[in-house]
This record gives sequence, structure tokens and C-alpha cells, in this order.
Amino acid sequence: MRRRPGILRLAPGLTLVLLIGPVVAGLLGTLLPALSSRAAALGELLSWPGLGPALWLSVKTGVMSTVLALAITLLLIASLQGSRAFAALQHLLSPLLSVPHAAAALGLAFLIAPSGWVARALSPWATGWEVPPDLLVLNDPGGWALTLGLVAKEVPFLLLMALAALPQTDAARRRLQAQTLGAAPSMAFAVAVLPALYRQLRLPVYAVLAYGMTAVDMALILGPSRPPTLSAQVVVWMNDPTLATRGIAAAGAVLQLFAVLAVLALWRGGEVLARRLLLTFATHGLRGRKAEPALRGLALASGAGVAFVLLAGLSGLALWSVAGLWSFPDALPESWSLRIWAQAGDGLAQSTWTTLVIALSATAMALALTLACLEAEFRHALRPGDGALVLLYLPLLVPQVAFLPGLQQLALRLGVEGTPLAVAASHVVFVLPYVFLSLAAPWRAWDGRIALSAHALGATPDRVFWTLRLPMMLRAVLTAGAVGLAVSIGQYLPTLLIGGGRVETLTTEAVALSSGGNRRLIGAYALIQMILPALGFALALLLPALLFRNRRGMGVGA
Amino acid sequence: MFRRHFLLATACIAALPHLGAAQTAPEWEAVLSEARGQTVFWHAWGGDPKINDFIAWVSGVAQDRYGVTIEQVKLASTADAVARVLGERDAGVTSGGAVDLIWINGENFAAMKAEGLLHGPFAESLPNWGLVDVAGKPAVVTDFTLPTEGFESPWAMAQLVFEYDSARLPEPPRSLATLKDWIIANPGRFTYPQPPDYMGTTFLKQVAYGTLADPSVMQAPVDEATYAETVAPIWAFLDEITPHLWREGRAYPQNEPALGQLLADGEVDIGFAFNPGRASAEIAAGNLPESVRTFTLEGGTIGNASFVAIPFNAAHRAGALVVANLILDPEVQARAQDPSVLGFQTVLNLAALSPQDRARFDALDLGIATLAPDQMGPALLEPHASWMTRISQDWVERYGVAQ
Amino acid sequence: MREGLCLRDLHVMRAGQPLVSLSAEIAPGEVLCLMGPSGAGKSTALAAILGALPRDFIGSGQVLLDGRDVSALPPHLRRIGLLFQDDILFPHLSVAQNLAFALPPERRGRALRSAAVEAALEEAGLSGFGPRDPATLSGGQRARVALMRALLAEPRAILLDEPFSRLDAERRAQMRRFVLDTITARAIPALLVTHDREDALATGGRVLTPMGVPVSP
Repeated sequence: MRRRPGILRLAPGLTLVLLIGPVVAGLLGTLLPALSSRAAALGELLSWPGLGPALWLSVKTGVMSTVLALAITLLLIASLQGSRAFAALQHLLSPLLSVPHAAAALGLAFLIAPSGWVARALSPWATGWEVPPDLLVLNDPGGWALTLGLVAKEVPFLLLMALAALPQTDAARRRLQAQTLGAAPSMAFAVAVLPALYRQLRLPVYAVLAYGMTAVDMALILGPSRPPTLSAQVVVWMNDPTLATRGIAAAGAVLQLFAVLAVLALWRGGEVLARRLLLTFATHGLRGRKAEPALRGLALASGAGVAFVLLAGLSGLALWSVAGLWSFPDALPESWSLRIWAQAGDGLAQSTWTTLVIALSATAMALALTLACLEAEFRHALRPGDGALVLLYLPLLVPQVAFLPGLQQLALRLGVEGTPLAVAASHVVFVLPYVFLSLAAPWRAWDGRIALSAHALGATPDRVFWTLRLPMMLRAVLTAGAVGLAVSIGQYLPTLLIGGGRVETLTTEAVALSSGGNRRLIGAYALIQMILPALGFALALLLPALLFRNRRGMGVGA
Repeated sequence: MFRRHFLLATACIAALPHLGAAQTAPEWEAVLSEARGQTVFWHAWGGDPKINDFIAWVSGVAQDRYGVTIEQVKLASTADAVARVLGERDAGVTSGGAVDLIWINGENFAAMKAEGLLHGPFAESLPNWGLVDVAGKPAVVTDFTLPTEGFESPWAMAQLVFEYDSARLPEPPRSLATLKDWIIANPGRFTYPQPPDYMGTTFLKQVAYGTLADPSVMQAPVDEATYAETVAPIWAFLDEITPHLWREGRAYPQNEPALGQLLADGEVDIGFAFNPGRASAEIAAGNLPESVRTFTLEGGTIGNASFVAIPFNAAHRAGALVVANLILDPEVQARAQDPSVLGFQTVLNLAALSPQDRARFDALDLGIATLAPDQMGPALLEPHASWMTRISQDWVERYGVAQ
Repeated sequence: MREGLCLRDLHVMRAGQPLVSLSAEIAPGEVLCLMGPSGAGKSTALAAILGALPRDFIGSGQVLLDGRDVSALPPHLRRIGLLFQDDILFPHLSVAQNLAFALPPERRGRALRSAAVEAALEEAGLSGFGPRDPATLSGGQRARVALMRALLAEPRAILLDEPFSRLDAERRAQMRRFVLDTITARAIPALLVTHDREDALATGGRVLTPMGVPVSP
């Protein structure tokens, strides 16, 4: 028993090793082959005629989607926070965090295609279209469909991150203060809260930017193809049957990595400019009263737009899963059929089971590590620096394409590749940051005097942890667990590579199916993909409410 | 006329080296007993639920007859499996590999064979090999002009057929020339998957067969000296149709299923597929309207076979051999040809089957949209892989990057 | 062996600044009062006695309980009780569970433990409140539960951190009486931290600043 505190003290270091080790090992595994064949592969890469456009496309869609997603998120908080519309949006968007990118992209594709749901709903009565119009809406060369998809998928993430960060910024009081000085609510937010909030939001924004520039599944479904984004092209090269393009794929992955780093550096510069601009607004007495109604309208429209795009797209997929023949321009299927569900039942059950086992083990590991870190931090009064936070974000900042192939090689050499356990372990790398980020704030906000009181009553630190802190934090722990489940369920590339194709989860199945374009089956898989994390979130709400239904002080009733 | 003779000649040449004796019973018995209880990891493209269901059905038969379990590893792309065997070799995994059986053909096969990643030769020693129609279907031993040499075993024939909705398009264009006129007259109603996608390059091959002065040059590797001149008619053809394609050629569907979805959504009027029974099967599944029909071009369309191969380091080689043999079984082949199941063309020589087995095929209702075997027209051989590599590279440069 | 709580040269520094400097002996049943404006180091002194000084504070000196040096022990082994200004009741436990939490593990047997809890409730005038949610109690009731809980742990000394400051004037006097009488009756040495003169006067004992300077209330 006396040794326990010592072991706990090692938790933060162990966690960082588990996070950083795979990323670094994977990067080396990818980079070394690329460097060894540097000249030839690089030459091939540079001679690919699509390189310039593909790189520009990656940068453009990544930056545009991040700017838009961030703008919408901040606009929502600035002009709607506290209103009923905001609460409704928040409830609508939270479960959507768990929707895998591929499912969201496929839903969006069906929504906006010229033969898609929107066109069907308006045809032929409003548009006169008997056959779908020849309009380049999807896969447009400008990458706007891809940008829209990324924005819709990232707004829920940024919004939840921002909401988690707000309490630490003393937002309510600062904002009230600015408002009493005459600033309209949005302006008060921008001047008094935004700088502090953005400091907390910076790393999530970087993660969004890095993801937007390197997304593969979304780019393949929504992005242009002549040429595709660089990351999509890298995966095409990786998959080339002649094996001759593996060098160029590795060179492309390295270029991708540097492109992300360069854009992050530019973004950092942009932050400084934006901050200056904001200060100028503030000191020039801008109150923003006239703009307030317009901002409110814009916030409502964009928030509702994001929710609509995601929900309608996914409803479309759900509908497809029970559709019989559904031709253009019918707004609804001509006939209904449960054939897909009956047919796919076994496969669905099997992959649901595998998905759950992996997600639950990865989440349990991540939760245990997170709790150990936070408890060590509390008991030993450790102060994690900013560096630790950056490290925590590392797996989200380094493009997956750049380090997962190397990690797969490592797993192969260790002989663990292809096992669900290895997949779960690789998921921990991506699950842990989210679990940590969503649990750390409420955990640290716990009133330390409770522990002191309990110690004064003779309770050991362990007893305080198990009987007081953990039960009191149950809701936060379960919510973090649900976030972890959602993240694990959505993982594609790590599952495919570390699982060696033998570990079939809902997401790998759905993406494999998406190459076949079978909307009915994709719909069925996407639906289950959504339902599982939603159940997790529901449990996180209901279980504490049930356990503490007679405890007003736990704040679960209202 | 020339082409007919040429095809026949190739068929004979291709058939010659494959007269090896079938494996004797005791050796096969040993394989069977070793295979019993094994689980075969069959890496196969998983994008089509009908194929997945078929494999699941085969798994049941394998279990009942031989005590062999099949686990289908559903791939988004066959190249994933190739890459993984290569990765295993690079990591020094020379036995106990993850891949036991791969559904493979064309470039993937060529790459694996060239890298020495395949077990074999094995195909011609399978007990059911004698039923395979080597003479009538030369593509079963010639994969993209590359002799298979027993390193892969065929299990389905495929031939390019065009699909159209007769309700919207009563009389489809039946030659490449009339197809061109139709495309120009009906802008935005035709497209093809973006090369280097396999179906996209297949369309380019079809264009090559229809436009090249002498298509037989494509059976030999590319001759750099004459290449540009030889393929010039292809580019001329494409330059003419591209502005009139779906989305004015500014976007292309990514693969065959995506093209099929465009046809189902009414975004295009003519699609095409490598499976002559696909349209009927899709109608039966409620994915296409009843009015969809198929046609082939005068002079024939590209045809080839799908194969299974066994990696050099397969953990369950005996089981894989048993499965490769099982899918040549007449009962399994007949089921694969059933349009309500897969609608794949059989690789077997129907004349070599017992009356009982033949009855299985005769009983099949090929489906409303499927052409009868005598309506299919000739199956043109796949060109040498070097042609398609060059042509699809050039396509990417000409049409595949936005400038 | 002296009975009671003995602070021997207890010093606390922060950033080179002395915050606490105390030497005092508190006999069983005696209440020593620590007074001073906010930020004067009162709470720091309590933390030092409990052994829960935050990291950037540097403490020295000894804390003796009934003649035994407890300076090296962690807070939960010191057997020094604590009462906060906000009655820190555990919100997820019922009133009875809060009290039972404090009972030493040596008190075995469900019946014995619940009898001890019932007795404590009765002493606080809260019979029948056991199953209640602490959040539904009035401020005075919660303060009494908190005191009873502290006493159930059988502390050898008790620290009171402005325990009455959240109560209104009327309840305050009543509660103060109850607390002081109970402590005296149980002969527990107590240290009361306050900034309120009334509190200091009511103890009738010595009054010091955190720096050990005697004050006349």
C-alpha cells in the first residue's frame, strides 16, 4: 500500500510515452524509407503534373474549412449562448460529434448531389427537372463540397471544446462587465472573452486544421478528383497495385507533413494579426450594437445549416437503409424493404461486437490513464506545463498518413498486428487526448476542500478517490468515456492498418462499402455507427441522474 | 474477320502449355486432411454485399464438405492485400502470413508474381481444373496478356456490357462511332470512371479497340518508337467527346459502383459494367428500374477472368487450395451465375460437365436484362499491361489534372 | 507527555515572506482563537497544522498531539478534525452516510455504526434526518451535521475555519454556543480561525494573530 503513491506518480510519464511513442516510431518508420529513396521518389513526386493543384487544394480546403468552422463556432457562442436556441443546437450537435467522417460525407453527398435529396424534394414541381441536372455540385474542382463537409463535421467538435473551455475563462463575468460598459453581447464576447477563450481553443483549432488538410475519407467522397487533394492522392499511391509508387507515396506523406507544419506556422502568424485587429476594434470604441441582430441571424442560420446538413444527410442514409426502389425525382422511396437489414444482419452484429470490444477496451485504457494522471497531479501537486498539452495533441496534429504506415510495420515486426488488442492499443493514441481534454477541466474544478475535509475525518487518499471524487465526478467520467467511445468507433486508418484488414469494425466496413456506392448498406452501417456513441452519451446523462436522483447537490435533477 | 482468327489463335497458344496432369487422388487427400479445421482468410473486395453474401455461402459449403472455415477480409481495394503481403515479406514474415487467399487479377497479379509473392504453380493441379474451359475462354489462363502459369486459379468470367434504361433511351448506340455521335447529341448523359480506375481504363481499352488501326499491337508491350502515333486516335476520340460528357468532363465517377449509382440516379443514360448479369441482379435487388437493358458493341467488348491466388507465406495453404478448388465446383459456379445471386459468367466448359451438373446451368433464369450467351458477341482479350499503364498515365496528364 | 495540541515554532513562508509564526499550547477543551484580516495567513496556519500546505509554501516546526509529534504524518493519519465555513457535506451521500463516512473503521457492525450515527443526529437535534439529502437542509442544520461528522471521527484536536461566517446573526450566536459547548464537553483542544470579534469574545480564551502576536478582542 505504501508504494502506491509512487506508482501513481509515474502515470503522467507513462501516458506521454504511450501517446508519443507510437507517433514518433511511426514517423520514423515512414520517414526513413522515404529518405533512403529520396532522390528518385522526390523526383517522381515533383514530376507529377497534379502536384501543384493537389497541394493548393489541400491547403485551401483545410484553411477555409477551419476558418469557417471556427467562425461559426465563435458566432454561435457570441450571439446565442444562453438562449434556448443555443441549448437546442447544443443538444442537436453533441451526438453528431460521434458521427464518423465517412458517414457524414456520404450523407452530405446524397443531400447535395444533383440527383440528391434536396433536388428530389424540389423536383419536378419547382425545378421542372425530370432527370437530374448536369451540375457540378459534388466533387467540384474548387473543393467547396469538401469544405462544406469538413465545416459541418468540425463545428460540433469546436463547439464542444469551446463550451468546455468557457468556464475556465471566467466568461460570464467578463462579458457582463463589457456589456455594462455599453458593448453589444457579441462585441462584449469578442473583446472580453475571445482572447482568453482562443488561448484554450488554440490546440483544438490546430487539430482541426491539420485534419482538414489531411482528411482522406472525406476527400475521396466529396473532394474533386482531377486532381484530388494531396492526402487522397497519397493514399491512391499507397494502394497502387504495381507497388512502384510506394516511394512516391512516402515522399508525398513527408511533403504533406511539411505542408501541415508550414500552414500551422502561417496560421500562428494570422492569430497575431487577428489579435491586433481585435484590440483596435476594442480601443476605438466599437460597440457593435447595429450589427447584433444581423450576427444573431447569421449565427442561427449557420448553426441550423450545420445541424441540417448533418441530420438530413444521415436521415437520408437511414432512409436508404430501408428503401426499395428509389428513383429520381421521387422525394421518398417508391417501396420499402428491410432486406438490407436482414441480409446484413449477421455481418452487422459481428462488426458491431468487434467495434464495441475495441472501443470499450481503448476507452477503458484511456480513462484509467487519464484518471491516474489527474489523480497524480492532484496528490503530488504537479503542474503540467503547456508542453505537456502540446504533446497530448501530437497524435491529432501529425497527419495519420505520415505515421500510421510506419506504425503498422512496427506492429508487424512485433507480431501483434491484426489482433483486436493491438487495434485497441493504437486507438488509445487517438482516444486518450479527447478523453483527457474532456475530463481534465471538470476533474480539476472539483472542490479540493472536500478532500481536505475527508482527510481530516481520517479518510485515506485512496478512499477519498473511490468513495468521494469518483462518484461525484461520475457524470464527467461517463461523458469522457462516451467521447472516447465515439472517437474509437470513428477510427478508419488505424483500424485498417494495425488491424491488417482482419479486424472489421463498423467504420472499416462502411468505408469499404462506400467504394461500392451501395447507399442502402452504407445507411445501415452509418446508422449503427451513430447509435452506439449516442447510447454512451445517453448513459452518461441517465446513470448519474438515476443514482443521484435524490441528491440536489449533484446537479443532476435540473 | 481478322480479329476472330487472331482471338482463336491466341486461345490455342494459351491453351498449349496447360496440359499438366491433374493431381493424383492421394496427394489431394493429404491436402484435404491438412485443411480440415483450418480457417482461410480470404481477402476480397468488400464493396458489394452480393459478393460478400456469396462468399459467406461458399463458406458454409466449405465447412460442410471439408471442415474448412472461410473468413472474408473485406477490402476497399485489392491493393491493400498486396501491400500487406509485401509488408510481411519486408518484415521477414515468411510463414504464418495473414493472407491465405486473394481475389485478384490484372496488375495486382502481375505485381505479386513479379515480386515472387505468390505460391505456385497450383491451379492446374486442382481436381476440378479439368472442367475449366481453357480453349473456349482463353482469358482463364491469360491475365492481361500475362500467362498465369498456374499461379492463380480462375473463378469467374467477366465481359464488358453497356447498361441503359430503355424507358429513357429506346435504341442505344451499338458501336463506338455511334456512341460518339450519341454522346455529342446528348451532352451530360455519359461518363466513365476516372482512370487509373480499372473500369475507367477498361473504357479506354474499348476505345482503343474501336479506334486503333491495328488493335493486335496491344498484345505486345508498348513500342516507344511508335507509341504516340499508334494511340493518337484514342486522344482524338476523347477530345471530341470530353466537352459533352457528364459535368463536361470536369469530374468523373471514381469506380464502377459509382457509375452504377449514377445510372440508378438517372444522372447518366448509359453505364457499363464488367458483369453481364449485374443489371438483372440490380433490378432484382430493387436498385435499378425494370426497364434497364444491356448491350455490347459490334465487334466485341473486353473480357477477362477473376482469379484467386495464394500468397507465398499463407498460414493456411491447404485450406486455401481446398477453397480454390471448391469454387470451380459446378454447383458453386452455377450459383455464381444465378443473376439473383451474383450473375457472374462461369469459367467452366459446359460441354465437359455431367448432364446433372449441366442441368444446374440450364435451369438458371438469366434475368430480364441479361444477354443470352449467343448475344454477347466476342470477348476481346485484355491488352498488355504496359499499354494501359502508359495510356492511363497520359490520360491523367491530359484530362486528370485540372489545367 | 502533555495532553492537547502543541504548536512548536510553526513557521510558514511563501516567496520569502513569513506568513505564519506560531508557538502555542492548547489544552483539552480550550479554544485558542486566531484572528486577523483576510489574507493574513489564517487558513495557511490551518493547512500547516493539517499537513496540507500547497507546494509553493515552505513550512517548518512541529505539531504535537498529546505529546506525540505528528508533523511527518499525512493529513488523514493526524486525527485532527476540520470544520470549514462552508459546511463541506458530501453532496452524493445522505446525511446519515455523511456521518457514517467519519466513523473510524474500528467501529464494526452495522447496528453499532448506525446507532452511533443516530446518537450524533440526536445530539445535534436532527433526529430522523438521516435519510435526507444534505442539499435540502437549512444552513444551520448543515453546520450541525458537519460538526457532528467531524466529532464522529474521534479527533484529538479540531480546527474551526470561520465556521459561523455564513450564518445570519441570530443563528450564529446559537450555533457558536452549540459548537463551543460541545467541544468543551468533549475536552477537545480547538483552534478557531475568525475575523469576527464576537467569535473571539465568545471563546473567552487567548487570541493570537497568525504571526503569534497576542490580540485583545
